[in-house]
Amino acid sequence: MSTATTAQQSPPAESKSGRGTLYRGKEGMWSWVGHRITGVVIFLFLLVHVLDTALVRVSPEAYDAVIGTYKNWYMALGESGLVAAVIYHAFNGIRIVLVDFWQKGTKYHRHMFWTVMILWVVVFGAFFIRHMMLVLGG
Amino acid sequence: MTTQQQINIAAPRSGDIDPKYIRQSASSSSNWEMFKWLFMRISGPILLVLIFTHLFTNLMLGDGVHGLNFGLVAGKWASPLWQIWDLVMLWLAMIHGTIGVATIIDDYTKKDRTRVAFKVALYLASITIVVLGTLVIFTFEPCMTDAAGNLLDNSPSFCFNQ
Repeated sequence: MSTATTAQQSPPAESKSGRGTLYRGKEGMWSWVGHRITGVVIFLFLLVHVLDTALVRVSPEAYDAVIGTYKNWYMALGESGLVAAVIYHAFNGIRIVLVDFWQKGTKYHRHMFWTVMILWVVVFGAFFIRHMMLVLGG
Repeated sequence: MTTQQQINIAAPRSGDIDPKYIRQSASSSSNWEMFKWLFMRISGPILLVLIFTHLFTNLMLGDGVHGLNFGLVAGKWASPLWQIWDLVMLWLAMIHGTIGVATIIDDYTKKDRTRVAFKVALYLASITIVVLGTLVIFTFEPCMTDAAGNLLDNSPSFCFNQ
């Protein structure tokens, strides 16, 4: 969509403040890169996730056998990585909606990016502690 | 030292706008672009609520990942609320993800043939997953039996009380 073209057509010279533009360099661009990468990762997982859930139509044993392979520390780390991607994509997505629809969105986009980062650390940290305690505890 | 460059761009109200940039004559393809842009921004916040709740109930409550089994799915889908929840989540997430990945394919493929090949693969995968997921939610049978009519092992406990 238009974000890609905006990134490529930004003027070659940086603005006077040296902070780049909304999309080129710094928070604006890196949040966009992160949004793309996490989006693709989540989409690929979603394809697999629907397939593994579809095993409930095969038999209870088939489903429980496959889900059973998720219940160990290394798969828990993988799930944590996935949840980290979901939380980032979700909060950064809200930031994008605010940049587009909130009158002061472009003015505060950098503040919003760092808010996303702080919320990400808090929410993911809480998930990670609880999830690893559950996995390692039983 | 940088030289200040003066760039002259006609003001929108000057009347010199090329007809192809005027809204009233917008082609159906630009309406489709607008629809996708809007769909991403409407489905996104809805998906945040649907998916965060999904992750919280399945991984954070109770025994977390240890509680995941056939019985948990059967228990959830016994309620129309969770059936609708998962159905809406499936459709919104798959459409949101397909539009997103299609945009990425458009951005990074140079040859027409490569682009078409990737997008055909994407659309086929997406349609397959949406149809499969929808069928699974609506045809789910919690108490499955074998050919002899006996309940399968690992069936949820409520099946044995019938």
